[in-house]
Amino acid sequence: MNQRTFAGLSIVGLVMFAAAPLWIARAPYESTMGLIQKIFYFHVPGWIVMFLAVFVAGIASAIHLFRQKPAADRLAHAAAELAVIFGIIGLVTGPLWARKAWGVWWQWEPRLTMSIILELIMCAYLLLRRYGGPGSDKLAATLAIFAMANVPFVYYSVNIWRTIHPATSVVPQLAVSAPGMFGPFVWCSVAFLVLFTVMLAARTRLEAQRAEVERLHLALEEQ
Amino acid sequence: MRKDLRVESRSWEMVSTTLFFAVSCVLVFSFAFVRGGQPVDGAAAGILWIAVAFSGTLALGPTFDRERHHDALRGLLLAPVERSAIFLGKFMGVVLLMTAVELVVAVLVALLFQAPQITQNPWIAVLLMLGNVGFAAVGTLFAAMLVRTRSRSVLLPILLYPITLPALIAGVMGTAALLQAEPNLDLARMWAALLLCFDVVFTTLALWTFEPVMTE
Amino acid sequence: MNAVMRVGTIVILALAILAPAAAAAGWAHVDQPQPPQEEFIPIDELPPGDQMPAAPLLIAAYAIVWLVVFGYLWTIWRRLSSVEQDLGELSRRAGDGDPEA
Repeated sequence: MNQRTFAGLSIVGLVMFAAAPLWIARAPYESTMGLIQKIFYFHVPGWIVMFLAVFVAGIASAIHLFRQKPAADRLAHAAAELAVIFGIIGLVTGPLWARKAWGVWWQWEPRLTMSIILELIMCAYLLLRRYGGPGSDKLAATLAIFAMANVPFVYYSVNIWRTIHPATSVVPQLAVSAPGMFGPFVWCSVAFLVLFTVMLAARTRLEAQRAEVERLHLALEEQ
Repeated sequence: MRKDLRVESRSWEMVSTTLFFAVSCVLVFSFAFVRGGQPVDGAAAGILWIAVAFSGTLALGPTFDRERHHDALRGLLLAPVERSAIFLGKFMGVVLLMTAVELVVAVLVALLFQAPQITQNPWIAVLLMLGNVGFAAVGTLFAAMLVRTRSRSVLLPILLYPITLPALIAGVMGTAALLQAEPNLDLARMWAALLLCFDVVFTTLALWTFEPVMTE
Repeated sequence: MNAVMRVGTIVILALAILAPAAAAAGWAHVDQPQPPQEEFIPIDELPPGDQMPAAPLLIAAYAIVWLVVFGYLWTIWRRLSSVEQDLGELSRRAGDGDPEA
């Protein structure tokens, strides 16, 4: 990504992110839950981006594993870190909503269980990257592919088992049932996606620069 | 592959140590979960599966150690056998070992927690076998990859447990459904189907990734 | 390699056949006892003492999201600038070293 696109995207992302609460504040109240439902505008896009990040990490890892592309590995590392960050957003906003809506902070139901497992796997990935030592990149790549294989189970868990988590079908229905809510929701999702792209580009660049520093170090030592 | 199985079966060291560990696991849990002479409701299923997972991890650690010590892994990888055959050999060894351990642990849990259904219901055996396959597939792959890493013994459980947690959950829930006063066979079948799904996905992935991962 | 391909293909085929069946089994089982949750759960069943005002929770949630996002951006920026400093240093040293060597 070149400098100008990056700067433009960062500005768009930050402005959208900063403007989101204004629109959310004007959105209609949900009939049974009232104000607390508005967490949903950050909670759901957070998870969407988390899933996207896991997929990016998984696919990039597969490319690294089968085609030996270090650039793909750096992308995977960046995406994995972002998956953990956005997973934290989802895991923090979820209980805050649940405390009001369910009366408890945490409920052991399939959706929450699977989400925390996915977050655990991504944390294990980062631990492996940091403490695995040389040669851990392939191992980490495998782990990311396994994490990606877990995503469908997470996504469908809520539809297959009976559970108290709102079903995923609520979101597509919004366009018809509550256009006043759908607008801010799409706005927030796009804002999160743009932010994700910007962060991913910055984080990948960091990893590339690190590899460059490593290379120069080696070159200097050889002299 | 056949040679590997033979060596594995001869090495009573592995079998006896893993078995001893699994038994002590069950005993530790029985002290935690038996109150006033009565086991806590539904503890048996959890204890059975935790003992299986822990002893499985213990069994996986040294799977590739023999090769590491004599630098035989390189020789094994250079040998004109397919990588998948190496993987399958190790995998079968782990599955056999875990099955042997489970036979003893299941009887022990059935005796200690007054749950005779564990040894009588064939569906529990099905669940345990499915769990073995999934656990051993992921475990063998990770153990193989970790051979060259420094902090092997720490990293193996860290990586293995989050990935195999879904399989463990399915196993525990399915077993618990069968251990109820009125066994819920439908529910157990659903969990077994899910476990099968996990097994298929994980074994395929392990087979696909073993080749490039072991290539230097 | 052949064996890997064969086994992999068989397994993937098995997966393609089994996964929908398993999902269907799951659906069939679950739909009977209770329809899946389609709407949000009402809160009026909670005792009044257990109900919390929504606003602090909401504000806390948004504040945490902002903190996480900007905190993370800040760490990226800091790490990037330190690495770029290293890079500048190294390339300068490499540049200095070359003419002498």
